[in-house]
Amino acid sequence: MLVFIVRRSMQSVVVLIAMSLIVFVGVYAIGNPIDILINPQADQLERERAIAALGLDKPLWEQYSTFLKGAVTGDLGRSFVHATPALPLILERMPATLELAFAAMLIAVTIGLPLGLWAGLRPHGFAGRTIMAGSILGFSLPTFWVGLMLIMVFSVMLGWLPSNGRGPTTLLFGLVPVSFLSLDGLAHLVLPAVNLALFKLALLVRLTRAGTRETLLTDYVKFARAKGLADSRVIGVHVLRNIMIPIVTVIGLEFGSVIAFAIVTESVFAWPGMGKLLIDSINLLDRPVIVSYLLVIVVLFILINLVVDIVYSALDPRVRIADARG
Amino acid sequence: MALARSGPVLVVEGLRTHFFTRAGVVKAVDDVSFTLARGEVMGLVGESGSGKSVTGYSLMGLVDPPGRIVAGRIVLDGTDLRALPPAAMRHIRGNRVAMIFQDPMMTLNPVLRIDTQMIEAILAHDDVSPAAARARAREALVKVGIASPDERLAAYPHQFSGGMRQRVAIAIALLNRPDLIVADEPTTALDVTIQGQILYEMQKVARESGTALIWITHDLSVVAGLADRVCVMYAGRIVEEGTCEDVLGRPAHPYTQGLLDSVPANHRPGERLRQIPGMTPSLVDLPPGCAFRERCTYADEACLATPAMRPAGGPGQAVRCAHPLISLF
Repeated sequence: MLVFIVRRSMQSVVVLIAMSLIVFVGVYAIGNPIDILINPQADQLERERAIAALGLDKPLWEQYSTFLKGAVTGDLGRSFVHATPALPLILERMPATLELAFAAMLIAVTIGLPLGLWAGLRPHGFAGRTIMAGSILGFSLPTFWVGLMLIMVFSVMLGWLPSNGRGPTTLLFGLVPVSFLSLDGLAHLVLPAVNLALFKLALLVRLTRAGTRETLLTDYVKFARAKGLADSRVIGVHVLRNIMIPIVTVIGLEFGSVIAFAIVTESVFAWPGMGKLLIDSINLLDRPVIVSYLLVIVVLFILINLVVDIVYSALDPRVRIADARG
Repeated sequence: MALARSGPVLVVEGLRTHFFTRAGVVKAVDDVSFTLARGEVMGLVGESGSGKSVTGYSLMGLVDPPGRIVAGRIVLDGTDLRALPPAAMRHIRGNRVAMIFQDPMMTLNPVLRIDTQMIEAILAHDDVSPAAARARAREALVKVGIASPDERLAAYPHQFSGGMRQRVAIAIALLNRPDLIVADEPTTALDVTIQGQILYEMQKVARESGTALIWITHDLSVVAGLADRVCVMYAGRIVEEGTCEDVLGRPAHPYTQGLLDSVPANHRPGERLRQIPGMTPSLVDLPPGCAFRERCTYADEACLATPAMRPAGGPGQAVRCAHPLISLF
């Protein structure tokens, strides 16, 4: 297990370095942030002073090595725009995005799993067909449009739920600011979370349905029924334990992508998360923030994959044994 | 009830299980009747697609859609299983009638421990403590010849060989001391030495506990060594039944004769195997009449009408043929 984690960490460092290099070159190729940041009326002297202050007068490789040296000590540079360290800027926004992502995945799993199971058990029934038709909608409707429609219906026409912002936050464990603990905060969370969940929900429905149908045909399910077990146990234990293996993998991967790509939903609902910050930073070519954001996302993906692997071995004894030997 | 207990353990009358597919109605089991005495071992023989497995699933009430039992009675110990509500039928399955499947690599759930899979089978039918159930599971493993049962209980299926897994499946079938075990080709997927061991084990266990056994197979040599009585199925119907000795020794149906002729052991080395000409007919919208007539050298106009079962040869031997090879003397 320890060997496994060490090997994983070393791979992660390589990914992080490659990632930062790509972003560095990429942002450099797009244009000069000074053109956007500085007052067009500024004279040449002032312009050069600003360039020097941001370290942009040095060649790219030197800028990159300065960044690497800082990164080793945990300093990812200062935001060009906000003039504060980039990493805290992102970490400050992270709880909002994480909360949104957790809420969305929770909705997707608690609704998607049972619906998929139902559709898998009765594939030809009316409910099963309706669920599948609905999942096609969940797949194909664009997120931003669904978001706008949700606002139209539930905020504008019905006036039930607020359309933007995060609502009041309270500190969870005295550390993390969260909004779901108050009723108003929860009301603010519902629409963006549903919006973000929709695609994942459709995915989970289809995945669960396919897994269920496949598993129902296996001999071990037939044997379980031949033992005279109640349907609830056959489905709840024999079927579910087996289909959970691929589902956990997909939930993990999708959780990462929900965090990384919550941008559209955050923009539509003016949710003050990391995605909103990223869009603003890209517009202003605020390189330290962009680099830091992407590095944070990479770290999150690596952590999630690690958790998935651990859960995987808990679910599937065959994986566990192979790992113990290796 | 006292009267019923002394009678046959299983009476099947006019069983018909049909599959309603898009291509048409597949009469997988078409008018099958047989009786099984307490502790008797019956071989159910036939080619692939002759309906022998579907007969087994019908007895268990485990026919999946689009299949359905459309007619007939399945009377276990005086109780008509078809008349039972689903909950009562569930209580019969695994308790009074157990089943063993063909491929031991597939019958045990790969992500559950052996003890979980054994104990749940006991707790589904008996209100006992988990500790008592565990003790019974352990006992069953010992009975089928598994060494160090405590260790084995805590293991997962992938840690077992094929033969061991089939032993575990047999142990699970025995857990609730059923009156009847339906064994669907349980040795086909095993190699020959293991096959012999499992056959021996099965026979011993069935005799000790007085459990009746329906052994579904296409292997005549297995039936010859194991069964008291044999039913030969062809295209969803039983075409011949009788004691092993009679049916295998002096077959009355041309199909049975054809099967026996194609067994290698009955030939001199180097001699060509005799095979039955043609192929098993498609069961979709099978026309009336003898299903074997297309492949039969004795067939004539009389075979266009579906023949009835009639006595032939030895005591209890019956045949569904217009031109039996031996008639009742």
